[in-house]
Amino acid sequence: MKIVIINYGAGNIQSIRFAIERLGYDAILSNDVEEIKNADKVIFPGVGEASSAMKMLKATGLDRLIPTLTQPVLGICLGMQLMCKYSEEGDTTGLGIFDVDVKRFENIVKVPQIGWNQISGLGSKIFNNVKEGAYMYLVHSYYAPITKETIATTEYGIQYATALQKNNFYGVQFHPEKSSTDGAMILENFLNL
Amino acid sequence: MLAKRIVPCLDIKNGRTVKGVNFVDLRDAGDPVELAKKYAETGADELVFLDISATEERRRTLVNLVRDVAAQVNIPFTVGGGISSVEDVDILLQNGADKVSINSSAVKRPQLVNELSQKFGSQCVVVAIDAKKIDGEWIVHLVGGKVPTELNLFDWAKEVEERGAGEILFTSMNNDGTKDGFANDALARLSEELNIPIIASGGAGNMQHFVDTFKDGKADAALAASVFHFQEIEIPDLKEELKKQGIPVRL
Repeated sequence: MKIVIINYGAGNIQSIRFAIERLGYDAILSNDVEEIKNADKVIFPGVGEASSAMKMLKATGLDRLIPTLTQPVLGICLGMQLMCKYSEEGDTTGLGIFDVDVKRFENIVKVPQIGWNQISGLGSKIFNNVKEGAYMYLVHSYYAPITKETIATTEYGIQYATALQKNNFYGVQFHPEKSSTDGAMILENFLNL
Repeated sequence: MLAKRIVPCLDIKNGRTVKGVNFVDLRDAGDPVELAKKYAETGADELVFLDISATEERRRTLVNLVRDVAAQVNIPFTVGGGISSVEDVDILLQNGADKVSINSSAVKRPQLVNELSQKFGSQCVVVAIDAKKIDGEWIVHLVGGKVPTELNLFDWAKEVEERGAGEILFTSMNNDGTKDGFANDALARLSEELNIPIIASGGAGNMQHFVDTFKDGKADAALAASVFHFQEIEIPDLKEELKKQGIPVRL
């Protein structure tokens, strides 16, 4: 199986690569269009600020490539947010894969949310063998509201979408690569799709 | 519900854990990676590595350690000690650290907090503050509490929040090493005045101290070293106790 982690200069890519290695697979880091197109599974990571990450995607033409991919694609954290239509962070137009606008948490809660929170309403194969209410590690200031593409929710002041799916595209707000054995299970489920 | 976090802290010198590590069932308790794995398996929510080495080799040794930890440990970790530039942080994050903690370098050059949060995002910038209560006022100290500054804890914490810090790691020098409990009054005030997570540090001696710092101190996370390293408190027992007392934890 050929696994490509999209490397566009945003975020903690090494941790995702290590997590995949712990599952017994190898992953390639790449921003090459052909290499990404030919992968069996594509992981789209991202940590940092939305508008500058989007600029980096545009600089490499990946903003046009990603929405056309047909193999399973997993966006993680900011990667998931960039797959949405729009983000309030830096007034950023996203890739438009998920039909939802990303918003900032209201100051009724501490922002960023940092730590382990529960995922519920699990409605996808990527959650096989993961219990309702399992804890995932999250670090974020912006969130996707619940829509019909939501496949898991989390409560932080409000209920929001911590995972999204549309066709072959999956997005998770949490970091499966840092979420202990349950996180590893989700990554493994994705790789087995 | 967002869980309260339990955070063991490992002091690192030249790539090895120092002081107070006494794990009976580890082959090599001086190996930070082995210890980190052990903590991750027993339910620690996060780890902090504090590098206290002062050799010229320190940076390379630390980067190698970060890489080894990231390869083998499946929970988040923070690296602190001697970090003073964007380049320092870049190489640590690239090798798999999730967050960095800065202390003296932020006091010496507060703009560093802005630079780091702009480049890497607030979520990976922890500002560690050591403070001591002197004549009723909490004064920020440097060099492990030895050198007082002119800064007031609450003013400084507010300032670094505005500059983009994602979390505050507050160590009370009055409580550190006492095993008498955390500085819950100051912690609660920090939590009320700021809108970013606060990590309590200094004073852990028994399980009730953790309960108190989450309830009375309103802390989001609690850090300790020796009570965990000497297995005076086992993390699974601590989490059960916290749960019993109504505190949300990841079990």
